Amino acid sequence: MRVEIVAYLWLIPVLPLAASLFILGLSGKRRGLASGIAITGQVLALLLSLAAFRPTLAAPGYRAFANFTWFTFGTQTLRLGCVLDPLTAVMLVMITFVSLWIFVFSVGYMAADKNFTRFFACLSFFSAAMLGVVIANSLLLLFICWELVGLASYLLIGFWIEKPSAAAAAKKAFITTRIGDLGFFLGMLWLYGKSGTLLFYDGGNGALESAALVSLGASATFIALLIFCGAAGKSGQFPLHVWLPDAMEGPTPVSALIHAATMVAAGVFLVARVYPIFSSGAVQGVTTSLSVVVWIGVITALISALIGLAQWDIKRILAYSTVSQLGLMMVSLGVGGVAAGIMHLLAHGFFKALLFLGSGSVIHGCHEEQDIRKMGGLRGLMPVTFATYAIGMMALSGVPLFFAGAWTKEEILHATSLWPSSRVPHFLMLVGVVLTALYMTRQMIYVFFGSRRQAAAHAHESPSVMTLPLVVLATCVIGLSVLLTPAWPWLQSYLLGERTVGESLLQPGLFVALALVALGIGLGVLIYRRVGESDPFARTFPRVFRFLEERMWLDEFYDATILALARTAARVSDLLDRYLWDGLARFAGVLGDSLGGLTKGFDERAINAGADDASGAARAFGRLLSARHSGQIQAYLGAVAVGMLALLLLYAWLT
Amino acid sequence: MTPMLSTFLLLSAALFCIGLLAALSRRHAIFILIGIEMMLAAAGLNFIAFWRFGPQPAPPTGVMVTIFAIAIAAAEAAVGLALVIAVYRHYRTTNVDQIDQLKG
Amino acid sequence: MAHLITGLIFIPILGALFASVASRGYGRAIALGSNLITALLALSLWRHYDAAAGGMQLVERHVWIPSIGAEYLLGLDGLSLLLVLLTSLIFPFALLAQRMPRGFCALLLVMQSALYGTFTAQNFLLWFLFYEMSLVPAFLLIKIWGGAKRDRAATKFFLYTFLGSVAMLLSFLGIYLVRGTFDFAELTRLGPGGLVPGKAGWLIFAGIFLGLAIKVPLFPFHTWLPDAYEAAPTGVSMVLTGVLSKMGVYGFIRLLLPLFPHELKILGPWLLALAVCSIVFSSLAAWVQSDLKRMLGYLSISHLGYCLLGLFAVTATRVAAPNESQAALSGVFLQIFNHGLTAAALFYFAGLLEQRRGARGLADFGGLMQRTPLLCGWMSVAMFSSLGLPGLNGFVGEFLIFKGSFALAAGFTAVAVLGLLFTAVALLRAMQALFSGPLVESCREFPDLRVGEKWVVVPATLLMFALGIYPQFLFGLFNSTVAQMARLLAQP
Repeated sequence: MRVEIVAYLWLIPVLPLAASLFILGLSGKRRGLASGIAITGQVLALLLSLAAFRPTLAAPGYRAFANFTWFTFGTQTLRLGCVLDPLTAVMLVMITFVSLWIFVFSVGYMAADKNFTRFFACLSFFSAAMLGVVIANSLLLLFICWELVGLASYLLIGFWIEKPSAAAAAKKAFITTRIGDLGFFLGMLWLYGKSGTLLFYDGGNGALESAALVSLGASATFIALLIFCGAAGKSGQFPLHVWLPDAMEGPTPVSALIHAATMVAAGVFLVARVYPIFSSGAVQGVTTSLSVVVWIGVITALISALIGLAQWDIKRILAYSTVSQLGLMMVSLGVGGVAAGIMHLLAHGFFKALLFLGSGSVIHGCHEEQDIRKMGGLRGLMPVTFATYAIGMMALSGVPLFFAGAWTKEEILHATSLWPSSRVPHFLMLVGVVLTALYMTRQMIYVFFGSRRQAAAHAHESPSVMTLPLVVLATCVIGLSVLLTPAWPWLQSYLLGERTVGESLLQPGLFVALALVALGIGLGVLIYRRVGESDPFARTFPRVFRFLEERMWLDEFYDATILALARTAARVSDLLDRYLWDGLARFAGVLGDSLGGLTKGFDERAINAGADDASGAARAFGRLLSARHSGQIQAYLGAVAVGMLALLLLYAWLT
Repeated sequence: MTPMLSTFLLLSAALFCIGLLAALSRRHAIFILIGIEMMLAAAGLNFIAFWRFGPQPAPPTGVMVTIFAIAIAAAEAAVGLALVIAVYRHYRTTNVDQIDQLKG
Repeated sequence: MAHLITGLIFIPILGALFASVASRGYGRAIALGSNLITALLALSLWRHYDAAAGGMQLVERHVWIPSIGAEYLLGLDGLSLLLVLLTSLIFPFALLAQRMPRGFCALLLVMQSALYGTFTAQNFLLWFLFYEMSLVPAFLLIKIWGGAKRDRAATKFFLYTFLGSVAMLLSFLGIYLVRGTFDFAELTRLGPGGLVPGKAGWLIFAGIFLGLAIKVPLFPFHTWLPDAYEAAPTGVSMVLTGVLSKMGVYGFIRLLLPLFPHELKILGPWLLALAVCSIVFSSLAAWVQSDLKRMLGYLSISHLGYCLLGLFAVTATRVAAPNESQAALSGVFLQIFNHGLTAAALFYFAGLLEQRRGARGLADFGGLMQRTPLLCGWMSVAMFSSLGLPGLNGFVGEFLIFKGSFALAAGFTAVAVLGLLFTAVALLRAMQALFSGPLVESCREFPDLRVGEKWVVVPATLLMFALGIYPQFLFGLFNSTVAQMARLLAQP
């Protein structure tokens, strides 16, 4: 029974993929059919995921895999496979479930778009690629699906293809993540060279199993760091986070999908998946590679939370909050709180999807306006959106008891406090908690409270096809808080594969966090209670605000340094080609040419001239002789006579 | 005076020179032919003279050669005259100055 | 079955004769017909080739000029078969790319015959004959039917490659003087012991290396290529990049690797550096090109650089690592085929755009996705295949090459990986310029893919997917050849 489910696991990504291909073949007018097929594919994938989830509950530490040979090269074989373990199972359920509701939401949101069918094809493809990442039992298969996720994001971010900014953002996303992927690729090659296999689990021969890990030795650190480059690219970690906010150029459901359930989760998932490599050779749970993960996560979380404080675009604020939360998850993984990190990823998937869809609903209601300065007072006009958005906001800020995010965030903080090498990340993360509460409060007040500004004047509640997903997701966020409650940490034990459910994880630190969240929200209310077109923060510290508003000029910095360098290199290599290498070739050509000229001159002046003279002399002599041949017989006869006489005389003289 | 070999040779040389002069200076083809015949005759006279004043007795080789030469000369004259006629028919002249197609 | 290869070589020649005397308008039909026959022959070669056994098969050996050791010697191993199949695949597409007069078709067929000969000849003189035979039609095709600057480009192409050929010929004469044979198999046997001792050996190596490096081309002998590809008519560009450039790589594998293992080992790091320069500089240069065909030309250099990277990594290694060599060689073989397919498809698309617009600068287009979604969609597939997206054909070969070369020469490979990035940048820039943004006025009347064009595009694209998802059917061709070659190279 166990083996059977894992053997059919490949169906989970293939169903949405098939749906995507089928939709691509449809004509652009079959809108209902297209969305129907996409949603059906997603529902089937969800059902299969639930079916796959069931056996993992049965035994602690459940793990099954099904490997197959992809191809043979030379005398070797390359094998890929699927794996089913608690990590895969929860991710599958989360992705399919959240994606499903994003699909439903899109039916309403994209109703007026002329490329409706293409949109659903891309969405299905995106979901399929992400599911492939999750089930992969081979780093190579994971990488393949990983790249396909990148492709899908490229297609979806640049979905409004006639907008040049969308095309640029899509390109930026693809290239930036690909920079990280180069590291991933090298790490994969290194791992393959060292351990001889890319399968994660293979009955003792897999790369993540102890024998292979021992053989890695010191190179494990480098491999882990290289793989982390890929994770940093996809999960928008500093310094590769710049593509994520720009990715807001895509339609809002795409933002929800990218930022909640799929793409950005892939990086965190990857680190969790290859965690044995990161922690290989750990002393007290600390390795170099994990420390790098922690510090990168800390920097990312703080920077993006600060930047989020000074943004005006409703989606960009959420985007920076995503970056910040991903940083938090990375910190959690780095300090050893794998289960906490994954649980936060799950919870984040739900509430961030909720927030993005809510923002989509707001944007839809405000006629495609995204600037929060032009909104305000929407709570009366869009009651459902307001209520669900508030739930999402509280979950994100970490308001405890009924909101999923609070518990997981608290556990992450707890894990950081236990990290042996430094306490700094713990305190910085506490600052992050305050900042998160602050910028979310700011956003809430700007959008839903206060006076109604321009865009809010004609706002309306969205149709039920859009509000239904909001309600469902909001319910789930609250429901999850029960599942994730630290009082009964079964999910933690399930993810870690422990036999018994551990004791309650309720910590005194919880009250610290609670106080900080309250502080953040209180501060927010205090600062932003009377907002208008300008920001109180901006009035007090205009320079700091501008620095943050311009995203710390990181884009400009990259543009002026790395990109400029690369562009110059490109131009230089083109010029080298045109002038140096081609110039050398042309120089050789000129040399040959002049050599030819030289020999030509010698030919004409010396050899030819000599031959000409000789033949000229011969001709002249011939002309002279031929003049004697007058044709007159008597002349000839005379010559004979003279000759005869001459001979006679000669004879006489000789004898 | 008894006839001497040198007398004959002188006569023959004179005859030859007259023939040669005729062959070189005359413009009419038939006169040239006549000049050539005279030179042949001089040659025949030489043969007979050398035979007659050579050691005796001797077979009559000189006479024989001369008789042959006369016969050949007759044939030659026939061919030569025929040629002259043919040339005349073609060029309407027997003046050798005007027959110079062989010039190089 | 004895004369399949001879048939393969001479049928295109016959086709060329018929095509050149056919009445106007039938030239292309005859050429396509001849291609149908050769394709069937190639398929039957595939059927008769015993892939599991490997080695040289279906050998045809006849006396030709015994006094100088020249034999008519043809044979086929996995690599040759792969290239024969590639040739049979690309030529029909190249013929379908444009409606061209009968002289064009005839010359293209002559080139096809020369290519078949090059890939199957097992004796240097015969090989060289075919190698040179491909040069003349290529020159004429560029010179007569090329675009602007064709005279210059054609002359440059001819002189460059001919220089290399002459050097190669001299080198082989040198080998013949010392060893007294032109037979590849014989020379391969002698290779590990050193073919020609002393300085002369290096000179001979340099001659052959130069000839092949120009043909591939390897940095810095590549400057003829962008000009030639830019000036050549679409069909010829497809053949040049798809098949002709493979002659160089084939020469490296067939001649240089077995004949000069010591020289290659000593020069290993330098050669690797050249290959890396090829990869990185060309992809960088592709980034700033404004002409579509020229950009594709540079990408072509970069992709062939991967092949050479794999080969040089195998030869430069000081320890015998047959597993890694197998990976690199398999990757190179696969890359040869994949690059042929993908690059030819990209040139085909560039040709389609050029036909419609009358120009091919990136700035001449914009917003095509709105007007011609099918053309853009299929072209994007080819572009993504070229930048090595998994699931399409480009990825598997590149992965294996990098896998092998990373284990054998990690530093060089780490730098070479940058080529993947720059290739992506260049292609995405082109995609952005062509497909997205507002529709440009001059492209408003573009027709989308026509039926005849779909007959080229769809099979080629399906093949890309097939090779990306299930590459085994190509691996099956050459696995045993790869294993034998790796064993040969691992010998001390």
